[in-house]
Amino acid sequence: MTFLYTLLVLAVWLGLWWLNTRFAARRKTQWVVPVLFGITLILIWEMVVRLFGVSPVILPAPTSIGAKIVTSVPTLWEDFVQTIVKGALSGYLMGCGAAFVTAVLIDRSPFLQRGLLPIGNFVAALPIVGIAPILVMWFGFDWQSKAAVVVVMVFFPVLVNTVAGLAATDTMQRDLMRTYSASYGQTLLKLRLPAAMPFVFNGLKIATTLALIGAIVAEFFGSPIKGMGFRISTEVGRLGLDMVWAEIAVAAITGSAFYGLVSLIEKGVTFWHPSQRG
Amino acid sequence: MNKIIPVLTMLAVIVVLWYAAAVKMNSQWAMDQAARAEVELTFGELVKDTLSQDRPKLPAPHQVVAELWETTVEKKITSKRSLVYHGWITLSATMLGFGIGTVAGIALAVGIVHNKAMDLGVMPWAIASQTIPILAIAPMIIVVLNSMGISGLIPKAIIAAYLSFFPVVVGMVKGLRAPDAMQLDLMKTYNASGGETFWKLRLPSSMPYLFASLKVAVAAALVGTIVAELPSGAVRGLGARLLSGSYYGQTIQIWSALFAAAALAAALVIIVGILEKVVLKRMGMAK
Repeated sequence: MTFLYTLLVLAVWLGLWWLNTRFAARRKTQWVVPVLFGITLILIWEMVVRLFGVSPVILPAPTSIGAKIVTSVPTLWEDFVQTIVKGALSGYLMGCGAAFVTAVLIDRSPFLQRGLLPIGNFVAALPIVGIAPILVMWFGFDWQSKAAVVVVMVFFPVLVNTVAGLAATDTMQRDLMRTYSASYGQTLLKLRLPAAMPFVFNGLKIATTLALIGAIVAEFFGSPIKGMGFRISTEVGRLGLDMVWAEIAVAAITGSAFYGLVSLIEKGVTFWHPSQRG
Repeated sequence: MNKIIPVLTMLAVIVVLWYAAAVKMNSQWAMDQAARAEVELTFGELVKDTLSQDRPKLPAPHQVVAELWETTVEKKITSKRSLVYHGWITLSATMLGFGIGTVAGIALAVGIVHNKAMDLGVMPWAIASQTIPILAIAPMIIVVLNSMGISGLIPKAIIAAYLSFFPVVVGMVKGLRAPDAMQLDLMKTYNASGGETFWKLRLPSSMPYLFASLKVAVAAALVGTIVAELPSGAVRGLGARLLSGSYYGQTIQIWSALFAAAALAAALVIIVGILEKVVLKRMGMAK
């Protein structure tokens, strides 16, 4: 029987793959390909779990995860508000805002820039999530400590990108502003900040994922009895893997939606940039 | 060279601020102790006490340095309290994961570049998966693998591999597509086969992209390993040091583990950077 099942799974895989190569060959149907690939993955997952009787402790089937999501909406919503809205989002706004303001403030001092940039670049590569236990100790178990972790995690990528963006105008453009006898403030507002936007948004997009990671991982070090990180770690301990996967699904959808939202704003703000006009 | 003085100045400012913060944050405890013993502290005594507590809220820099020195140089490296020992546990999982992730990433990138269905089907998912907080599910992967009887180095390496995988795929696809139409046409006029085009044109021209993403990947692999060490049960590695420090309020231990992790990350990125310089120079692609 196992042999037959394996053949069946392989046949489904190959069949859908063949279909996909057909779709990929024609320009009109190309949008189907990623969708079909996703469906194939979920279908294979479901088949493997059901046909081979994989224990739900190891890997629950997509349908049972879906059922769990439907039955535990209130819990998921409570965790979502605690972790994403209170922890990640407030930290994201504070961290990105602080980084942006810092970048504009040190803009006038080449000395500060030369000093802070290498440090910022260095810190951006460090495993910053490691400060989570310290910040949990300082700010307590509730969302404030999670927001603090997020602030520190998003600060440096946004700072480094903004400073790089403020340097992105070329001499010709700045000279033009000078011939208009524009003041420093006018040049900054009308030329350099708009020109910096593609870089700023690059930093903001990197920061979206970091914010979610920071908020969730910080909850592993202590949290009130709600929150996505708390739920993941306790349900793992109780082997309630369907609930863990439900939380992961929420985190994945939120992460993609957050990223998509920032990209949409970027499209509106940097409509003039070549990468947006393709 | 003109960067050194500003950077050193900034570092000095940070250290000074750190000391000030340490005095301020630890003074509450010192005052309470003094009030309980019913003695008045002069300012000098207060400062002295705040900088030498056993479990300060914020340890002073010299306490962290002393702890680092004690746990790296003075302890035997086989000791359970040696940071070199814990660092090695973390490093070995990181390197294994980084190796797996890089090889798998390059393989997938080659497939994506040569197969249209794969490009259209897999690439959007690979990019979308970057926006998902994968790191947050690390504990689950550890526990599931444990329940399947796999523990120790491998689960951590899998998470490190997963995190270093995507930067390599994305960078490598970009790199393998870097040759422009003119160069590809030249290969066609030489009647080069697909394999020859790959080995002699695409692969060499992808090297700068590969190294750029390897730097990101190695840092990501280290973060992945450290977070993977957090769930209960891990007793070895830098992540476990962070966790046990936070359980027992050993702030100095947390800070020294953090600095060890930072030094490790910096060393790994610098090593990849040196490799990049050497390889690109040999290939005549150095800037």
